[in-house]
Amino acid sequence: MSRKRKIGNFFAYVLLVIISVIWLFPFVGLVLQSFRSYNTEFGGMVGYLVPKHFSLDSYIYLFSGECKFVRWYLNTLIIALFVTAGQTVVVVCVSYALSRMRFVGRTFLMKTWLILGMFPGFLTMICLYFLLKLLGLTQAGAVPGLILIGVASSGMGYYVCKGYFDTIPKSLDEAARIDGATRAQILISMIVPLSKPIIIYTALVAFMAPWCDYVFASYVAFGHSNSYNVAVSLQNWVWTNDYQGFFTRFCAGGILVAIPVTILFMCLQKYYVEGVTGGAVKG
Amino acid sequence: MDKFKKNVEAFKEVCRSLAATFRFTGEAIAKGSWKVKASAVIFGFGHILRKQFLRGFAFLAGEAALLWVVFGFGWQYISKFASLGDSSGGYNPDGTISYGDNSFFILLYGILVIIAIVGFFILWGMNLRDSYRCEKRLAEGRKLPTSKEDWHSLFDKNFAQTLLTIPVIGIFVFTVLPILFMICIAFTNYDKDHTPPAALFDWVGFENFRKIFDFGGAGLGSTFFKVLGWTLCWAFFATFLNYFLGMGVAILINRNGIKFKKFWRTILVMTIAVPQIVSLLYIGKLFATDGLINLFLMNHGIIDRAIPFWTDANYARVLIILINLWVGIPYMMLIATGLLMNIPADLYESARIDGANSFQMFRKITLPYMLFVTGPFLLTSFTGNLNNFNVIYLLNKGQPKSMSLSDGAGATDLLVTWLYTVTVTNNDYKIAAVIGIMIFIVTAVIALVVYGMLPSVKDEEGFQ
Repeated sequence: MSRKRKIGNFFAYVLLVIISVIWLFPFVGLVLQSFRSYNTEFGGMVGYLVPKHFSLDSYIYLFSGECKFVRWYLNTLIIALFVTAGQTVVVVCVSYALSRMRFVGRTFLMKTWLILGMFPGFLTMICLYFLLKLLGLTQAGAVPGLILIGVASSGMGYYVCKGYFDTIPKSLDEAARIDGATRAQILISMIVPLSKPIIIYTALVAFMAPWCDYVFASYVAFGHSNSYNVAVSLQNWVWTNDYQGFFTRFCAGGILVAIPVTILFMCLQKYYVEGVTGGAVKG
Repeated sequence: MDKFKKNVEAFKEVCRSLAATFRFTGEAIAKGSWKVKASAVIFGFGHILRKQFLRGFAFLAGEAALLWVVFGFGWQYISKFASLGDSSGGYNPDGTISYGDNSFFILLYGILVIIAIVGFFILWGMNLRDSYRCEKRLAEGRKLPTSKEDWHSLFDKNFAQTLLTIPVIGIFVFTVLPILFMICIAFTNYDKDHTPPAALFDWVGFENFRKIFDFGGAGLGSTFFKVLGWTLCWAFFATFLNYFLGMGVAILINRNGIKFKKFWRTILVMTIAVPQIVSLLYIGKLFATDGLINLFLMNHGIIDRAIPFWTDANYARVLIILINLWVGIPYMMLIATGLLMNIPADLYESARIDGANSFQMFRKITLPYMLFVTGPFLLTSFTGNLNNFNVIYLLNKGQPKSMSLSDGAGATDLLVTWLYTVTVTNNDYKIAAVIGIMIFIVTAVIALVVYGMLPSVKDEEGFQ
């Protein structure tokens, strides 16, 4: 290795270490502050990173009867699981129909959905709220309501999945049809197993979204704390005027939210990379 | 010009096929037997008589459902559609509450009824044409598909209908209907002073659009264009800084002789893995006036007063773009890593033999390839950034507020976060609807113009 190259690599390593420190700093801070003792050091924001006393005060608070964090956590988990299942099925169905079949109105459908996608999602918030209210799915019924909202319009997000289906050779379909398989059989027994990576990607993205859904969840569950999800509680803890007392609790709650999602993501990272790269190239 | 001609051709084609459909419907009524003619009143009548029960009853059920929507509950709303109700509720002299008209439901169900009427005529035509087609088929001596065959075709030949029915209904009810409703709201005076059931709202024509372009005292013109300007500026920086720096990081990690490539990538990917609600809220508070960074610097005597990260407009804008790098670089790094491996190594090899240095190779080989392949991605991430709610809202809620902006807008508010504030905090739904339409127009115009300029669209085979 040449001397020039060695020097270059040295600087590259320095740069990478700096980048790593910047990128990891918030997570380290989050973990450390979640262990700060609430009783001796006050739960607000302080000017030092490492707590003087480590304790589990904030975590104990989350699991005590004082707040409904466990309930909110379960709400979010239920929403995430149902939305994942629903969205994956819907997206696979829509992608197969648009990728493999030619029918009257296909281009019309695709163009309409493309145009609809250009409207900002929050525009229709008030209308969706009243639609859900008509169905009795607000406040106390917010959890099924949020599942419904999450699944109902997910057909419009077919692009990545359809792009993947397009790369599976059509000759496979034709061979199966000659053998007497119906379209439904082809989808279930051939396309789905072949598309495992993209289906996992779709499910993963669908699973992660509800954990961050503050906007609709707070609007639909307004004033009914039993229906909150974790995003609403975290946001409230940070932004209420007495967040000074709740900051370490927010950190602890954040850690509990982040751990399962992060572990899941890291395990399925390979599929995620495949999904975003494929999606980026096809647009 | 070529593209324009193509569009005109496509449009003519659609018109031609529509005309043919109308002609065929007319022919069905004129030349069909009494069975077909009866189908014009009782949908599916002909099919049922021909023992195609599945199709027949499907048409009949469709007719019944649509008629129920129109006459069952819709007429009382559609009849007031023009005025959006005229008697508001209130307290009777004896203290009981009387419920008057509810403009909200009049508008919502009115739209639904109008769509149901259009749907009724489409179904009517479909039923007539199909009935007539079956009759012609019988006359030619061919067999009709039985109900059983129809049922099976739903899983084979017509599988697309089976797959798409539920998604299309879902999108209709929860996206199309609400969007149509909100477009109508833009032409009414629906706000916190006109909230049903207590008060009525009414059509006001283009009043709201006039207000958003009005630069006078009560108008929102200056606010709207300032927010729009910042939105475009933000989307530009957020997209292109992330793009080039993310590519740079990917190239850095890909460099020959760098060890633990996977380790470095994993550290960056943590950003995508941890839900933004956790990471961004935390980072937002790091930079708060009483946040970790300010307190740390003050405790150590480095500064006397807190740096106004979120309270000064310019600090906030720069900071938010910088923090967005933290969010966006890993994402771009992932994409670039995959794509960089696709560039044939011999291209670099021959460039090196020709004496090119690494910067020249980047400029002449890597960059053109990446721009070509990721053109559509750049476009979608630009339009995505125009509507990047999470980053702005979780970090600082569009703060700081400023005297030069009205209607609750802040210095770092994008159109979409402003829309949220206007809806939730101000309850000014009419203005929210107008802002939403404006966002749509901006997004659509940029998407259309840029899409035509993309090299990968113009020249699909260019790099293959």
